[in-house]
Amino acid sequence: MADTNGGLIQGKTGPWEMVIGLEVHAQVIGESKLFSGAATAFGAAPNSQVSLVDAAMPGMLPVLNGHSVAQAVKTGLALNAKINLTSVFERKNYFYPDLPQGYQISQYLQPIVGEGTIELDLPDGSTKEVGIERLHMEQDAGKSLHDQHPTMTYIDLNRSGITLMEIVSKPDMGSAEEAAAYIAKLRSILRYLGTCDGNMEEGSLRCDVNLSMRRPGAALGTRTETKNVNSIRFVKLAIEYEARRQVQVLEDGGKVVQETRLFDADKGVTRAMRSKEEAHDYRYFPDPDLLPLVLDPDWVEDIRRGLPELPDARKARLVDDFALSPYDAGVLVAERETADFYEAVAKGRDAKLAANWLTGEVFGALNRSGMALAEAPVDAKKLGGLIDLIADGTISGRIAKEVFEAMWESGKPAAAIVADQGLEQISDTGAIEAIVAQVIADSPGQAEQFKSGNEKILGWFVGQVMKASQGKANPGLVNRILRDKLS
Amino acid sequence: MAPAASELTDLTIAGARAALAKGEMSARELTEAQIAAVEAARPLNAFITETPEKALMMAEASDARRRAGEVRPLEGIPLAIKDLFCTEGVPTTAGSHILDGFTPPYESSVTAKLWESGAVMLGKTNLDEFAMGSSNMTSYFGAVESPWRRPGDDRPLVPGGSSGGSAAAVAARCAPGAIGTDTGGSIRQPAAFCGIVGMKPTYGRCSRWGVVAFASSLDQPGPLTRTVRDAAILLGAMAGHDPKDSTSVDTPVPDYEAALGGDARGLKIGIPREYRLDGTPPEIEALWRQGIEWLKHAGAEIRDISLPHTSYALPAYYIIAPAEASSNLARYDGVRYGLRVPGADLTEMYENTRGQGFGAEVKRRVLIGTYVLSAGYYDAYYNKARRVRSLILRDFTDAFEEVDAILTPTAPSEAFAVGEKMDDPIAMYLNDVFTVPASLAGLPGISVPAGLSASGLPLGLQLIGRAFDEETVLKVAGVLEEAAGFDAKPQFVAGGR
Amino acid sequence: MAVDRATVARIAKLARIRVPERDLDALAGELSNILSWIEQLSELDTEGVAPMTSVVAVELPRRADAVTDGGYPDKVIANAPEAVHGFFAVPKVIE
Ligand SMILES: [Mg+2]
Ligand SMILES: [Zn+2]
Repeated sequence: MADTNGGLIQGKTGPWEMVIGLEVHAQVIGESKLFSGAATAFGAAPNSQVSLVDAAMPGMLPVLNGHSVAQAVKTGLALNAKINLTSVFERKNYFYPDLPQGYQISQYLQPIVGEGTIELDLPDGSTKEVGIERLHMEQDAGKSLHDQHPTMTYIDLNRSGITLMEIVSKPDMGSAEEAAAYIAKLRSILRYLGTCDGNMEEGSLRCDVNLSMRRPGAALGTRTETKNVNSIRFVKLAIEYEARRQVQVLEDGGKVVQETRLFDADKGVTRAMRSKEEAHDYRYFPDPDLLPLVLDPDWVEDIRRGLPELPDARKARLVDDFALSPYDAGVLVAERETADFYEAVAKGRDAKLAANWLTGEVFGALNRSGMALAEAPVDAKKLGGLIDLIADGTISGRIAKEVFEAMWESGKPAAAIVADQGLEQISDTGAIEAIVAQVIADSPGQAEQFKSGNEKILGWFVGQVMKASQGKANPGLVNRILRDKLS
Repeated sequence: MAPAASELTDLTIAGARAALAKGEMSARELTEAQIAAVEAARPLNAFITETPEKALMMAEASDARRRAGEVRPLEGIPLAIKDLFCTEGVPTTAGSHILDGFTPPYESSVTAKLWESGAVMLGKTNLDEFAMGSSNMTSYFGAVESPWRRPGDDRPLVPGGSSGGSAAAVAARCAPGAIGTDTGGSIRQPAAFCGIVGMKPTYGRCSRWGVVAFASSLDQPGPLTRTVRDAAILLGAMAGHDPKDSTSVDTPVPDYEAALGGDARGLKIGIPREYRLDGTPPEIEALWRQGIEWLKHAGAEIRDISLPHTSYALPAYYIIAPAEASSNLARYDGVRYGLRVPGADLTEMYENTRGQGFGAEVKRRVLIGTYVLSAGYYDAYYNKARRVRSLILRDFTDAFEEVDAILTPTAPSEAFAVGEKMDDPIAMYLNDVFTVPASLAGLPGISVPAGLSASGLPLGLQLIGRAFDEETVLKVAGVLEEAAGFDAKPQFVAGGR
Repeated sequence: MAVDRATVARIAKLARIRVPERDLDALAGELSNILSWIEQLSELDTEGVAPMTSVVAVELPRRADAVTDGGYPDKVIANAPEAVHGFFAVPKVIE
C-alpha cells in the first residue's frame, strides 16, 4: 500500500491528494430535549428519560426548546457565520428502530446558521482557514444495542430527541493532521462557549468523515462518508486507512463507490455498511407541526455581545501580553481552564518559565495521575509561589522539581516545603568556597587535568560540588568559584 | 314523574343542561338512558368501544359535584368521542388494525378539557381508518350505517366520514353531542349526511395534542350536535390555547353561546360563483337558493363573490394531506405499540406490519404521499400544491374584505348507499369539494341541516367565516337553523321514536 | 403521470408497505388515475407565488429549558409488542 505523507500519497502511478470535509454532530448543553421536556443527562436507566413525545406516541407534538436555539446562534456567531433570521424545521423521513417518529426533525433548505470560518492551529505553528458550510439543529436518535442478544436488537430512547448541532465543514482539509486540528479547534470553541461539552467518549461530539482522492490540483473525485468516528485518534486512523484504500482502488483501475462506511476501531479499517440495500430518499418537507423559526435581530445581537473571549482572540492576547510563541499560546488556550490557570501563574512572573512549568511538570503530573486540571493539588497560586522561589534565587531549578513533586504529594505550598526540608539554595560565597576547596583538595589528579587544558573536566567538578552541597549550591556561583580556584 | 328514556335521549345539550339544573333528572339517569341507547344502536356500528362503567362513574361524580354546589359548563352531559382522540386507559384505534391493543397512558388535551368541564364519556366512535375517507367504509372495525334510510328503500346508507360514527351517534340519539375531527370536511360532510350540525373551528382554535394525526396542517377537532346552540356550548369547552401544540393559537375564547340570537341585519353574506358545479343535483342548488332567501329575509346583504382558485383546492388537498399523512403514519412500525407482524428480518417485520396493519385507502394515500415527496417530484407536486394553497387563502382573504361569511352547500350529494363509490377513489374524493377549500385556508366552517332531498335524506348548508371569527359563523348558522326549522328524524332512533 | 409496477414497488419499499406482486398492476392503475387527476394543478400559473408555510399567523413558540417530562419508563414500554429489561426489542439489525 502507498505511504501517506502530509496529505500527499505517493501511489504506484504518482502522487494523490486528499480532500476532506467533516460533519460534526455536537450535543447541545441543556437540561431538556429539543422538542420535549425530558432530561438529557448521560447514563440513565433505559427509557427513563423519555417523554411520550420522544417515544412518538400517537398524537404527540413537538414544542421547541428556546435555549437550544440560543445555543445554536451562539455557536454560529463564534464560527463567524451568518445567522439566518428565518429558518425552517423539516422532516427527514426514514425507517430505523431507534428513530421513533419514522422521521428526524432537522433543518434542510433553511438552516439556522449559514457560512462561516474556523482557523486551524497546525503543529508547525502555522494556521489555516477552513470554511463552515452550515450549522443546523436536529434531534438525536435513540440508541440501538446490537450485541446484547443473539437475535434481537435492543432500543433505548433516552437519547431520542436530544438537541444536536450538525456542523458541516467545506471540503477544505488536505490531511489527517488538518482534520484532527479542525476537530480540536471546533471542540475548543464549543467548550469555551459552553454549547457542547465535547466529550467524544460519551458521544457528545461525533464525527463523519467525507473523503475523496484526486491528482494534485485536479477536479474532485468520488467521496465516501465514514460515519461516527468517535475520537480524534480514530479520525486520523480512519482517514489514513480510507485514503490508502481509495488510492489502491483507483490505481487498480477501479472506481470509488459513493457510499456510507463504518470505521471499525478494533481492526483500524473502514467497511461499507451492510444495511444500505437501497438508495436513500429522505423526502424532506417542512414539519407541519412547527412553524418557521423567526429570530429577532436584536436578540441575536444580545447574544453576540455576550460571547466570551474565544480561543483565537485569547491566543493573540497571550502572544502580545506574554511574548509567547504562537504555538505555545495555541496549546495553552485550547482549554479555557488551562488558559485561566496559565494567566494566573504568568501574571507578573516570567511568562516563558510559567508556560514551561505548566506544559511540562503540571501536564506531566496530570497525565500520570489521570486528573483534570481543576483537581490538581498544585493550583495556580501554588505554582506561582514555586516560580517566585526560583526567580528570587531561593531554590535552584533542579531543587524546584523536587519541591514540585513534594507539593503534588502533600498539597503544601512551595515555601513551606523548602523551609521544612532546608532546601534553600546556598548563595553564600564563603560556604561555596569552602566546599570547592575541599573538592579540589580531594581530587588533585582532576585538578591537574584542568590546568593542562582539559576544559571538560570542569563539568565533573561542578557535579562534585553540587553533590557535596546536596544540590543546594547556586550553580552560577559554583562555576565562577571553581574557575577561580582551579586556575 | 320521571321523564321517559326516549324523552331523555331526545334532549339537546342545552335542554339537558336546563333539566339537570332544575333537578328534573340526575346525570346518572341521563347517562343510563344514553348507555341504553348506545346499546340499542349497535346495529349501526357507530361505536368501536363503549365505556358504560366509566360513564356511570363520571355521571355519579358529576351528580356529587352538583350536590356540592359545584356546577361546570358541561356538568353531567354525556358525549361520544371519535376514536381518534387518545383517551387514558381506554383503547384508541383510529379505526385501524395497526393500533391493535394500544391503550394510551395519556388523555388528549381536548377530551381532558371536556372532562374538566363535567362531561361524561359514553365511548369511542367509529371512523374511517386514520380519518381517511368520506363514507366511514374504510374502518377496520366495519362500516357505520347511517340511521337514515330512504323511505321505502331498505339499502343501508353511509353516514359520511370520517367522523361518521360521531355523526350517526348524535343523529340516532345515542348522545346529545359528539366530537370529531375535520381535515377536509370530516365533521361537516357527515353532519350534512346525518341531518345534524357539525363545526370545524379555525385551525389553531382547538388543540391537536393527543389526537392521532392524519394531516397536521389541516386537522382540527370540532363538535357534532343537533343544534347550533349545542355546537356553541361544546366548542366553548373544547377551544383554547394549549402550550403543548405549537400551532395552537393563544387568543381569548369568546362566549360562543352569547353570539347566538338576533337576525342577520348588517351582515354581508358572500355567494361564491365557483361553487356552482356542473352535475350538482338541482335540489342542492335549490336548497342553496333557499338558504340565500332565508338570510336575505333575516336582513343580510347578499353579495356575489369569486373564489377563483376553488377548482384547484381538491387536487392540492390530495397532495398535501397524503404527503403529511405518509410521514405522520411512519411511526406505526410495530416497534413501540400496536400491531407487529413478524418477518425474517427487521425490514420484513416493518413491511408485514404496515402491509397488514393498514387498509387499502390508507395504503393508497401513504403511497401517493410518499411519491409526491420523493426525489424529483417534490417541486412539481408538493411545492406546487403549497403555492396553490397560498392562492386559495388569498381568495378567501380578498373575499372577507367584502363579506362577513360565505354560504355554500356542504356536500355535492345526499348520502349514498354503503358500498357505492368504493371502486373509484376520485368519485369519493369529490364529496369534499365544498369543504376542502376552507380547510386549506384554515378557516372555520359549519354545516347546518337545512332540508330534505326528494328521496327524503337530509341536506346541509355550509357557512365559512374569517379566521377566529367562529362567533359570526355560529350567529348566521343560528339564523339559518331557525329559518329552515329542520325537525326531521332519522328512521332509526335509539330507544324508540 | 402514469406510474408503473416498478415505481409502485419502489415507493412501497420506501414506505415499508408490503405489496404482493399480484397487486402491483392494479395499484399502479389506481395511483396513475389519482396522479393524473392531481396533475390539473400544472395548468395553473404559480410563478412568483410563495408556498404557504403556516396556516396560523403566529410565531413559533419556544419553551423554557427545564425538565418537565419523562421519568416513566414503564409507561413508555407498556404498549410494546416486545420489551426486554426495559428496552424495546426488534429483530437484530446488521449495520
Ligand atoms: Mg451526516
Ligand atoms: Zn445529522
